[in-house]
Amino acid sequence: MTYPIQVQNLTKKFDQFTAVDNITFKVKEGEIFGFLGANGAGKTTAMRMLCGLSLPTSGEAEIAGFDLNKYPEKIKKNIGYMSQKFSLYEDLTVRENIRFYGGIYGLDNEKIKSKTNTMLSTLSLLEEKNTLVKSLPLGWRQKIAFSVAMVHDPKIIFLDEPTGGVDPIARREFWNMIYEVANNGTTVFVTTHYMDEAEYCSRVCIMVDGRIDALDTPLSLKKQFNSKDMNEVFVKLARHSKRTE
Amino acid sequence: MNAIVVEKIKKSSGIKKKPVVALSDISFEVKTGELFGFIGADGAGKTTLFRILTTLLIPDSGKVSIGGMDVVDDFKKIRKIIGYMPGKFSLYQDLTVEENIQFFATIFNTTLTENYHLVKDIYSHLENFKDRKAGALSGGMKQKLALCCALIHKPKILFLDEPTTGVDAVSRKEFWELLKSLQEKNITIVVSTPYMDEATLCDRVALIHQGLILQINEPQVITQNFGKPLWAFQSDNMYKLRLDLLSLNEVESCYPFGQYHHVTLNNPDNILEVESKIKSKNHELRYEKIPASIEDCFLSLMSERKIETPIPV
Repeated sequence: MTYPIQVQNLTKKFDQFTAVDNITFKVKEGEIFGFLGANGAGKTTAMRMLCGLSLPTSGEAEIAGFDLNKYPEKIKKNIGYMSQKFSLYEDLTVRENIRFYGGIYGLDNEKIKSKTNTMLSTLSLLEEKNTLVKSLPLGWRQKIAFSVAMVHDPKIIFLDEPTGGVDPIARREFWNMIYEVANNGTTVFVTTHYMDEAEYCSRVCIMVDGRIDALDTPLSLKKQFNSKDMNEVFVKLARHSKRTE
Repeated sequence: MNAIVVEKIKKSSGIKKKPVVALSDISFEVKTGELFGFIGADGAGKTTLFRILTTLLIPDSGKVSIGGMDVVDDFKKIRKIIGYMPGKFSLYQDLTVEENIQFFATIFNTTLTENYHLVKDIYSHLENFKDRKAGALSGGMKQKLALCCALIHKPKILFLDEPTTGVDAVSRKEFWELLKSLQEKNITIVVSTPYMDEATLCDRVALIHQGLILQINEPQVITQNFGKPLWAFQSDNMYKLRLDLLSLNEVESCYPFGQYHHVTLNNPDNILEVESKIKSKNHELRYEKIPASIEDCFLSLMSERKIETPIPV
């Protein structure tokens, strides 16, 4: 079994404040791993480290086969990242966005061309290739953003609150895409506020006050905390938080 | 007695040559004292509707009355009896918590002391931060401050546009508890949300999609009206399970719901056949009949109407 994400005693301090407090976990290849926590629990800080954007105060991590302390730049090249807040350039067309991200990740022109064609036909967007992203419905934009984040075939894709606000059908189409890439071996790391999204994950970890207070399959967590859904599990754990926002 | 009566309103936006329909033919009533929810995704028309109800937009056609007054003719009077919390945080970021509250109280000719009983439960969460600038508050705190300011003039009807979007599960729960306590103080509340699970917390809900109301009723009546048996399927390979289910003619719909796939059949009597066909494809299958949720109903209503996300030309 390979573990594209391996985290050992990872800690991040800002002066006296310990934002991430000694977390340890592994994520399997092809796993959909949910990363939950209340506002201020340390999710963003942890995720920034996993993406190679910030170095730990102490502890170690190996992401996509690279040591975080030594090769953060290599990590950035070998992962994909998508967030609902920012992903695509709205005043570029669909094709321009693909070309732009392909270029950023160092794909050659030939490769960008073939990627563009596969992507547009998989998404049934051939007719829309010259449409500005801002004039597409939100559900479509999300699917394009996801494909663009996968343009360089990364081993790991980080999704930062990906599906808020879209209609139930568009949301399921999006999750079907996630299942598909996971099934092909890509590791998917998702943060979300919405506990029904957590139910889609293979395993879920819940951060409280910088620590990981629970980590298991949604089914086992529900049993362990005697709860009917992940929302109840989360509320039971997070209400003990001592951090004030 | 109805607090709100809406009759056949329409609203389009955008340029005249290429109008975008935001609301097409919307009618509904909200009873006095009711907690009424609009459930729908981004772009469904919720915000346009709220802006019409709060006299900030004029509908292209149709009639709206709020507290018995017309939204176009009596907009000034209506503004005195309603509170509005827009989806986007719209208070003064460079004023402190206390200054924001004082500002809104003064505009409505009142004071924090006068209506303290109404906002007490909310303000108590904010009191420790009263000298902090609103822009420096966390999401949950901003939302509480905005609610405080929307309540300060003791409105009869409160409009909350997506108050729980982007807020964590614990704060969401607290927020809904606050709404229930306001309802007990005889305030009519109209709230919108993209989160289907919040529907059950309302007295009645309207499911809204692409400017149309798909259904209006009590949430438990909507789920009872689902009208066909629904099963939750689970196996060791959920990705393959979905593809295998969709390949069967017996299967009418199959939607992922977290760790389950929710399945309906063209003829519910065929369930055992479906079971054996799926088991023959090497699945460790578990399934059970389940009651429909609001989200199941929404999906079913969307596909019944064959509503698809339109592709712009």
